[in-house]
Amino acid sequence: MAEAAIQAGCRFFAGYPITPQNEVPEYMSWRMPQAGGVFIQAESEVAAINMIFGASAAGARCMTSSSSPGISLKQEGISYIAAAELPCVIANMQRGGPGLGNIRASQGDYFQAVKSGGHGDYHLIVVAPATLQELYTLTMNAFDWADYYRNPVMILGDGILGQMAEPVEILPYQPILEIPEKDYILTGCRGRLSRVIKTLILDPADGLVRHNEHLQEKYKRIESEISLCEEYQTADAELVVTGFGVTGRIAKAAVRKARKKGLAVGWIRPITLWPFPKQAYQEAVRAASKMLVVEMNHGQMIEDVKLATECAVPTEFMGKGGGWYPDEKSILDKIESMIKQPAAAAKGRVS
Amino acid sequence: MAVFKRTPILKDQLTHYCPGCGHGIAHRLVAEVIDELGIRERTIGTAPVGCAVLLYNYFNCDVIECAHGRSPAVATGIKRVQPDKIVFTYQGDGDLAAIGTAETIHAANRGENITVIFVNNAIYGMTGGQMAPTTMLGQVTTTTQHGRGGQGEGPPIKVCELLSTLGGVCYLERTAVSTPKDVMNAKRAIKKAFQNQIDGKGFSLVEVLSMCPTDWKLSPAQSVDFVNEKMKPVFPLGVYKDQ
Repeated sequence: MAEAAIQAGCRFFAGYPITPQNEVPEYMSWRMPQAGGVFIQAESEVAAINMIFGASAAGARCMTSSSSPGISLKQEGISYIAAAELPCVIANMQRGGPGLGNIRASQGDYFQAVKSGGHGDYHLIVVAPATLQELYTLTMNAFDWADYYRNPVMILGDGILGQMAEPVEILPYQPILEIPEKDYILTGCRGRLSRVIKTLILDPADGLVRHNEHLQEKYKRIESEISLCEEYQTADAELVVTGFGVTGRIAKAAVRKARKKGLAVGWIRPITLWPFPKQAYQEAVRAASKMLVVEMNHGQMIEDVKLATECAVPTEFMGKGGGWYPDEKSILDKIESMIKQPAAAAKGRVS
Repeated sequence: MAVFKRTPILKDQLTHYCPGCGHGIAHRLVAEVIDELGIRERTIGTAPVGCAVLLYNYFNCDVIECAHGRSPAVATGIKRVQPDKIVFTYQGDGDLAAIGTAETIHAANRGENITVIFVNNAIYGMTGGQMAPTTMLGQVTTTTQHGRGGQGEGPPIKVCELLSTLGGVCYLERTAVSTPKDVMNAKRAIKKAFQNQIDGKGFSLVEVLSMCPTDWKLSPAQSVDFVNEKMKPVFPLGVYKDQ
């Protein structure tokens, strides 16, 4: 992820040590100066995100990374960055919570990531990679989305992704969007009118109402333009299993085994969590009669699945927080128990 | 013949500051220094949370408004990305010495090449007169209604003295804007703090003891006396570090 950021032109990183993401600042501490950029080990998560606020305002591609408790601390700055419409990339390698929790992997910060997180009414673009190769690619894409939409992008990983090793092909950066010139950054007002970046809007003529409407219009545009997911054999599936990040990856292995056993099971893994790939779910439940959501928490993404499908089919949940993770066999057992129930008995199908 | 004129760095704008407030003088001094050094077109300022939050309405240069206390971190980000620009923060006592203490101390200790203007009026102005980290013992505020006591509330934090122990700091001076002589001296100190940055010398902070008639519940004239008679003995003026 750190190398992908460098490849994508990230030239400013500020962070604070927290397990399980220390590998990122450690790598950046020597690699960033090599690339001609700035690395700062900040005095706090709060300071780190505010350094990002400044670096982004000054026009740099910039990034910070942390893990759950640290991301909570960053929420103040994230809200300001979203309000000021500045681009940046924030990585959260989630660990067990609430509180100090533990340092095992978790997906307990889904709500925080996709439902604003900080104060006010805003959205981050949130992506959830499942492999290190995908983490590499999505990190590069994240910088493009951030600049293109002038919006913070969060990479929502977890402790497994943050500390695992697997082969990654270091590909050169290929922009996926044409980024307009940054005509809002602060560079000193030579030859132009002075610029202000601010989030306090006291305009008596409903200025803040209008600013919020402007932000919401942007979010609608993002929702219509970005929606990524991976699907597997959903067309004829009776049961669709879904999960994000590494949970999705584990679930896919279970679904493959179920298919080998002749069970009509399909699979969806959302790659963007916000915008949520609603359409894939809506299409899946036209054929499927039930869904299973697997998460390393006590049921967060399941709410968005149910909203997307408008509760069209019975949707069961499998998951726990605090560092628990599912294995293939337990998901397969759950699939078999759900498939054995005749679809007719599954009540509540509306469409 | 000397002509007193509007400083071109300040916009032709009425300020929201109360009669007798010291921010107007402090703004004017910073603006005059930017003008005299000829650096307006490469200056980036930060606005704090507090009475000076609308600083960008008055300064005709690039400005970013920061969250409460975070200006030194934001300024760090800007300056590191654009080291050729002149970056200053303008902060009050609550912003710099309470909610932003960590950002202040660490930006100072890293020796960030920025200029900090610290306006100390010993009270929270914008929120209506609550205790500040620099509120003096015995001083009445809306949250210390019998006067600030040493027990539980602690004595006032003396920022220049505190920062003078840090290796990364280049220049610290405490000034005031309560007499003509003090105003002239404050301008000299502010100019030096900006010049240090131009010369790449590192972190410079000028503390400015300033009047807050509204929240002190004093007249403007009484407020001047308050700075001279009550504040100066607790916060002695002078240079605390100059490297």
